[in-house]
Amino acid sequence: MSTATEALETAPTVGRDPLLQVDGLHVRFPVRGAGRRQWLYAVQDVSFTIGRGETVGLVGESGSGKSTIGNALLRLVPVHAGSVRLADTDVLAARGREITDVRRRLAMVFQDPLAALDPRCTVAESVAEPLQIHKLKPAGGRRARVAELMDLAGLPSRFLDRYPHELSGGQRQRVCIARALAADPELLILDEATASLDVSVQSQILNLLRQLQDEMGLSYLFISHDLASVEHMSDRVLVLYLGRIMERSPREDLYRSPGHPYTQALISAIPLEDPVAERQRRRIILEGDIPSPIDPPSGCVFRTRCPLVIPECAEDLPPGHDLGPGHTAYCLRAGERVRGT
Amino acid sequence: MSALGPATPSPAGTTLSTALEVRSLSVSIGPARIVRDVSWSVAPGQTLGIVGESGSGKSMSVLSAVGLGPGNARITGDVRLTTSDGGQHDLLGLRGNALRRIRGRRIGFVFQDPATSLNPMLTVERQLTEGPEVHLGLTPKKARTRAAELLELVGIPDPARRLQAFPHELSGGMRQRVMIAVALACEPEVIIADEATTALDVTIQAQIIDAIRELQERLGTATVWISHDLAVVGGIADEVVVMYGGEVLERAETVRLFQDTKHPYTRGLFASRPHLGQRSDQLLSIPGSPPDPRAIPPGCVFWDRCSVRGDDRCRTQHPELVDLGDGHWVRSFYLPENAPSNLPEDASSPSAGPVTTEPEGDR
Repeated sequence: MSTATEALETAPTVGRDPLLQVDGLHVRFPVRGAGRRQWLYAVQDVSFTIGRGETVGLVGESGSGKSTIGNALLRLVPVHAGSVRLADTDVLAARGREITDVRRRLAMVFQDPLAALDPRCTVAESVAEPLQIHKLKPAGGRRARVAELMDLAGLPSRFLDRYPHELSGGQRQRVCIARALAADPELLILDEATASLDVSVQSQILNLLRQLQDEMGLSYLFISHDLASVEHMSDRVLVLYLGRIMERSPREDLYRSPGHPYTQALISAIPLEDPVAERQRRRIILEGDIPSPIDPPSGCVFRTRCPLVIPECAEDLPPGHDLGPGHTAYCLRAGERVRGT
Repeated sequence: MSALGPATPSPAGTTLSTALEVRSLSVSIGPARIVRDVSWSVAPGQTLGIVGESGSGKSMSVLSAVGLGPGNARITGDVRLTTSDGGQHDLLGLRGNALRRIRGRRIGFVFQDPATSLNPMLTVERQLTEGPEVHLGLTPKKARTRAAELLELVGIPDPARRLQAFPHELSGGMRQRVMIAVALACEPEVIIADEATTALDVTIQAQIIDAIRELQERLGTATVWISHDLAVVGGIADEVVVMYGGEVLERAETVRLFQDTKHPYTRGLFASRPHLGQRSDQLLSIPGSPPDPRAIPPGCVFWDRCSVRGDDRCRTQHPELVDLGDGHWVRSFYLPENAPSNLPEDASSPSAGPVTTEPEGDR
């Protein structure tokens, strides 16, 4: 398998050469309710691509299915329907060692580095583990490769023999990033990778991720509930609600002219760092909570909280409405402005 | 000395009494000096925001002030609660039941995680009636009526039905509303909200902040809002205290703090967040990590991470919290007026990211 080294050598061609292609992805989980079998629809009909060197942001609130999508790409949860292609590999058809190879090419960085690291392993052992699992013998030996990875992640080599509890949150997340890079992945799935970190440390990690991408031509799936971080990191953004994509758009378009009422509400809910503007502005306050994914609403899943809802919304899934190049909102009233209060 | 806090600022120009006042509060556990010389006050109907990162001492200072600190903590200073009937209570001087009686009746708490703060074994109704029965002496029947009113007050639809629910039957936003209702149940003088919206999604956070703002206007409760999120605090607080390494580094009326930020740490905090609508290639990052409370440096606590790092004084002398006038307090040798001439006034402001945000307008 030489794809990883190829990925490093090819200059990133954003959007042109899809590295990952997801089509009609459905994930559902069985739940037992009052004796009868029901399904929890976690991800429904999600399609997107990620180009080499590109960052796609996946935003959504808790329960929107964003982490499930990441897990499905790694074959960590059963996929009900759809297809996932990683360059020329059919990810969902992979068996045995092929799955291991998919997991070499797609690496994951989780939210809580303390939970993601084995407390009994030193930093060096944690970072070297992928090399063992994938039976990689880097030129120059494993120890040298580990030192190189530590350096990439901005960790001094004196940390090699420390344990996770001896490190700060930011340092631990750097260890997780070094480990994720160990087996030369093509795509990193960053699942709320900075959410548990303090603001000043968060910026260190976001800078590191951007820098690594520039140097190595990596692709990122940046999963987050934080719209400001997503804007900072992403080339394109997908907005997810109750397992379905509400809007997809190039970054700038999405933040400048969000087309879906849900995206408008999300953006209007972010507190502004200017107390005067913050107190004066109109907010779109959504009523109620996210409905249960066991029994999602008919038609548009957002309609129960939508300020623009009309009777037709309950009938069919709303079709995609093109609002610009690569910018689509799945809403009957896409492009209309919601008035805040 | 910086120990005495300024008089409570009164934006309207009226004299306001204080509801809760903390003076020269210090907390240590063994060799760890977790909070040092913290002073602030909050008036009825006002919100004091306390901002800081993990380990800054923000929660520890507030919880210790009201007697909820760890049992082995050594606490010094003066904490005074003034009740609406004019009563004065020295909270650090009270113990046991006497303290619990005052705290239960006069101070309400909203914590980050309602799932662990509410009792999973009791219905919403019981959690709402217990306080008023114990502290206000209401009959169970009256307390029940009141419980329904409280749920309505915090914006829970169909309160009669929700009263019979257990916490696990409610969504996260709903539980947080119940916790706010519990905090308000005895009509306390002070509400302490510790990362009260941190665990919530942004759309739910917006609902909760709106609800709290409205309630505060209506009930005139003093609120201490502890958060790591500057933007949330900016939207809700009248005055903001910025803590780092167990000390107050800056304190000012909210708009002033945001528009005329003085301390290099506060500036760094603003600049290290990605700002919506202003994408830059690099975020300013504050290198390093906060000081170990067991080995507090002799000079400025922020010295080893500071972008200004003026001179030897910063390393060897401990800067005092200085009032610049109008209740803007800063603990730094490097204020524009006393900075050495070879340092540009805003040496600490990042070249990569803008420090201030223009209003985004309504969207």
